[in-house]
Amino acid sequence: MPRIRVGLLLAATIVAMTSWIIAVRFVRADVSDATTAQGLAAWEQVYSVLTHPRCINCHTATNYPQQGDDRHRHVANVVRGPEDKGVPGLNCAGCHQETNADSTGVPGGHNWHLAPLSMRWQDINDRPLSSGEVCRAVTDRSKNNNLDGPGLLKHNEDEPLVKWAWNPGRRPDGTMRTLPPMTHEEFVAATRRWVEAGTPCPATR
Amino acid sequence: MVDSFRPADQHELSRRSFLGVSFAAASGLFVSLYLDPDSIKKVLAQEGPQPPTQAKVYPPDAFVNIRPDGKIVIQVNRLEFGQGVQTALPLILADELDADWANVVANLAPAADVYKDPMFGIQMVGGSGSIAHSFQQYRELGAKTRAMLVAAAADRWGTSADKIRTQASMVHGPGGQSATYAELAGEAARKPLPDKVRLKNPAEFRFIGKRVKRLDSRAKCDGSLKFGLDLDVPNMKVAVVAHPPVFGARVKSIVDEEARRIEGVREVFEIPLAKGTGVAVVADKFWPAKQARSQLKIEWDFTGVERPDSAELWTRYKQLGLTAGNVAVSNGDANAVDKIAASNRIVAEYEFPYLAHTPMEPLNTTVRFDGDRAEVWAGSQFQTFDQMAVAEVLGLKPEQVTFHTEMAGGGFGRRAVADSHVQREAAAIAKRLRGTPVKLVWTREDDVQGGYYRPMHFHRIEVGIGPDGLPLAWRHVIVGQSILAATPFGQMLIKNGVDQTATEGTADTHYNIPNFHVSVHHPQVNVPVLWWRSVGHTHNAFVMETLIDELATRARTDPIAYRRKLLKPEAKKPLRTLDLLEQASASWRNNLPKGHALGVSCHESFDTGVACAVDVSIESKRPKVHRATIAVDCGLAVNPLTIESQFQAGVGFGLTQLMAKGAITLKNGVVEQRNFDGYVPPYIVDAPVTVDVHIVPSTEAPTGCGEPPVPVISPAVVNALARLTGKRYRTLPLVNI
Amino acid sequence: MATYQLNVNGQRREVTVDPSTPLLWVLREDLRMTGTKFGCGISACGACTVHLAGVATRSCIVPISHVGDRPIVTIEGIGQDSVGRAVQDAWVETDVVQCGYCQSGQIMSAVALLKHTPKPTDQNIEESMGGNLCRCGTYPRIREAIKTASAQIAKGGA
Repeated sequence: MPRIRVGLLLAATIVAMTSWIIAVRFVRADVSDATTAQGLAAWEQVYSVLTHPRCINCHTATNYPQQGDDRHRHVANVVRGPEDKGVPGLNCAGCHQETNADSTGVPGGHNWHLAPLSMRWQDINDRPLSSGEVCRAVTDRSKNNNLDGPGLLKHNEDEPLVKWAWNPGRRPDGTMRTLPPMTHEEFVAATRRWVEAGTPCPATR
Repeated sequence: MVDSFRPADQHELSRRSFLGVSFAAASGLFVSLYLDPDSIKKVLAQEGPQPPTQAKVYPPDAFVNIRPDGKIVIQVNRLEFGQGVQTALPLILADELDADWANVVANLAPAADVYKDPMFGIQMVGGSGSIAHSFQQYRELGAKTRAMLVAAAADRWGTSADKIRTQASMVHGPGGQSATYAELAGEAARKPLPDKVRLKNPAEFRFIGKRVKRLDSRAKCDGSLKFGLDLDVPNMKVAVVAHPPVFGARVKSIVDEEARRIEGVREVFEIPLAKGTGVAVVADKFWPAKQARSQLKIEWDFTGVERPDSAELWTRYKQLGLTAGNVAVSNGDANAVDKIAASNRIVAEYEFPYLAHTPMEPLNTTVRFDGDRAEVWAGSQFQTFDQMAVAEVLGLKPEQVTFHTEMAGGGFGRRAVADSHVQREAAAIAKRLRGTPVKLVWTREDDVQGGYYRPMHFHRIEVGIGPDGLPLAWRHVIVGQSILAATPFGQMLIKNGVDQTATEGTADTHYNIPNFHVSVHHPQVNVPVLWWRSVGHTHNAFVMETLIDELATRARTDPIAYRRKLLKPEAKKPLRTLDLLEQASASWRNNLPKGHALGVSCHESFDTGVACAVDVSIESKRPKVHRATIAVDCGLAVNPLTIESQFQAGVGFGLTQLMAKGAITLKNGVVEQRNFDGYVPPYIVDAPVTVDVHIVPSTEAPTGCGEPPVPVISPAVVNALARLTGKRYRTLPLVNI
Repeated sequence: MATYQLNVNGQRREVTVDPSTPLLWVLREDLRMTGTKFGCGISACGACTVHLAGVATRSCIVPISHVGDRPIVTIEGIGQDSVGRAVQDAWVETDVVQCGYCQSGQIMSAVALLKHTPKPTDQNIEESMGGNLCRCGTYPRIREAIKTASAQIAKGGA
């Protein structure tokens, strides 16, 4: 009787393992396809925020920032400077203080500066790059300050200048600056979905 | 010879100063800003009986005050707004006076009869006329003062004037006696005013002709110099005015509860404007006034108010440009160009937008009304008119209004407005605040949107070219609002429907063009317009110098040589400047690096000849002017340092015309630009990197340098661009290169 | 209304103003220091440039509530600094000014440049001075004066 029990146990284990292997393989294949597609969809949501003027105005490929919803070149000929913080006579932080100045219409946030050129999301003619190009730039650890998926998520969640986009203050004429196309919470959630899917990038050039 | 300008005697001075009798707005008396002495005489000859000729005596004591401490205070009869007159006129006087320059102090004279421009009979600055009109006057003032000091010394020492010499504020007698000017001043003042004085030989000049540094530099570099906007008068309030969004509209209703709740706000009330009405906000300080104004809810009445629209205006102007207007000049056959083969004809259309002056110091005026008198502080280019306007608003006589001239942060013509609209606003507010001084401040938005622009212009030119490559026929139509029509002198100065401030630079060209026909249309548009530094030359020089350059290129001739061929032989100043330019630019003109091109222009304005060569490349889609070489013929160079500065900087101002956002446009009656974000003048990157200025040596009468730098630079740069790109640039501002 | 303790040109000053008031107007009207100029109110022209904790700052857009205890240096005080003095002297020596209204701001920007870059290139000058507007057009002489000041500072070891 014991030999039959061991055999049965072994067979059951083998069947179970095989089933598990089969199940997991097939299920994972279904989950991978679904996850990638969902991840790409989540990325498109992230991309729609990144290319909104509140974000992309400081992610230029040129030596100047932009301003306004029409993304015109920033007044007073301010330039990037060697450390993306302006130049001695025209420092970003000289005008852009720690918080928004609503009475004078100048936005503010901690450490106001231009994104480095490695994180440009436009071409030199001020046209936004494609979804694929931006995705590849954002996920390239040699360009993105060595951030992995969780690092990117934390950046989008906590970085003051990122959060500024949802509290951009008033223009000089007193009107509120326009906000990105979704709330910050939704943006973070989309980022999370995208990260959990392995930060897939669309194949677009 | 002493000078070929005018002989030094009082009789001559008084003949010219008959215009100095009091100005009466309603009467036939007038003042001209743009006529030369010959034309004034001609026009007056047509008017019948002459106004009485009064011997105009400029009493030295109104101009020179020798203080006991040795300081010599010289009154300057015009506004200083950057051009350097508060150094130039004193140095002229100080030279003849033999004053110690280190002790000379300049003061901007308040409004008074004695400070009126000897040519134009009003106290003003403009038309690049300060030196041209007051050179002789200030020389005589200095010489007369010296003569009186010498006479006093002669008395004191029992000797004769011819045995006495003067030097650096000291008088020296034949027997070794000496006295300072300060010591003798009291006695000198009691001496009779000499009828005639000897003026120096140019060889005797100590300051005139030398590079003399500005008197006001230090105070402008350490924050101590006060401009009109900096004024602080006891108990002063600050006011801003809400102007209608369309020129001439009127206030229908005001909701001001929120505005009045702002701490420091005192009053909110409607006031009349030059056209229409506005709302004044009076507060303790500027910031609450400005905040309160933005809280006002004003409903405007637009009934009967024309809403100018740039797109509509272009359509209208271009239509007008197709037919001849009022004839400004017609030499030869007006239709000669039609008889020339099409292959030898050029038809060129040019567009020029409205331009705002935007001097750095926003417009402002401070007024206090005390019932039977008033006091005004303003950086005004037009003291006589402004004083009269304030008096009128307050129900006073001009002599009851003390008018102080403040240092101004730029003007370019914007502070010379015949309707004195800013002063009238301030006076209206002061009237209400009786006894309390009020400083009216125009914000930059008020300034950019407030009108009084260089008018919009359209030009249509048909040129027929002869076999020698020179123009054989030239038919030119100009379309643009009349500046003079809006002024009291309009009636007198617009002849045959032609406002010459729109045609100057073309109608009076020095180029020898047979069959030359220029006509002009002056549409009426509800946009206030004004002279903008160099006025008609701003657009006319651009047209002439780019078209001539195009012809030179067609004829495969060097641009300097071509102009030389085409200029009339009597165009002495332009010809001299071309010669000097050729020399001065020889080292670089013909060996420019790859990607660079040469641009040349030559234009005379306000009697001063200027030729210009620029080295231009294209950087970041904009013209980069690496160098400008300028040759100037302004007669005797009174202060070569000022002249150099004026030309170096004036060309930077001139480039306003080429800036991509250098245009004021209107949409449905509303000005579309608000501030320096929408109307962008040249910054350092837009200006020439270096400018070298060369002055033609001359002993002829000095002529102005305030405006002459402006017309030459834009065409020169665009001529260079044409060489780089092969394109013609006839629409300003320059948006796409 | 709120009361602020300010450090202006090394001196302690106290003002009671609406917190939204730009530093420019506190300087000009509450402290009666009119050397810093009003040109546009939207930080486009630089006439209002001061140094805030050593950084060239456009005072027309910084509300007084944002200043805190950071030291403020204006044109009235910049001469106490050797670089500031060299720049002012160079400006006078080179006869830079015309109307002069923009020059307080020009000088403050130039001092910021020279303190950071004692031997600026043409490009350095163009970039740091790039936002200071001068309607008279004194730019060529500004360039020259900065180079003169730079040479002077190098000699004097400022």
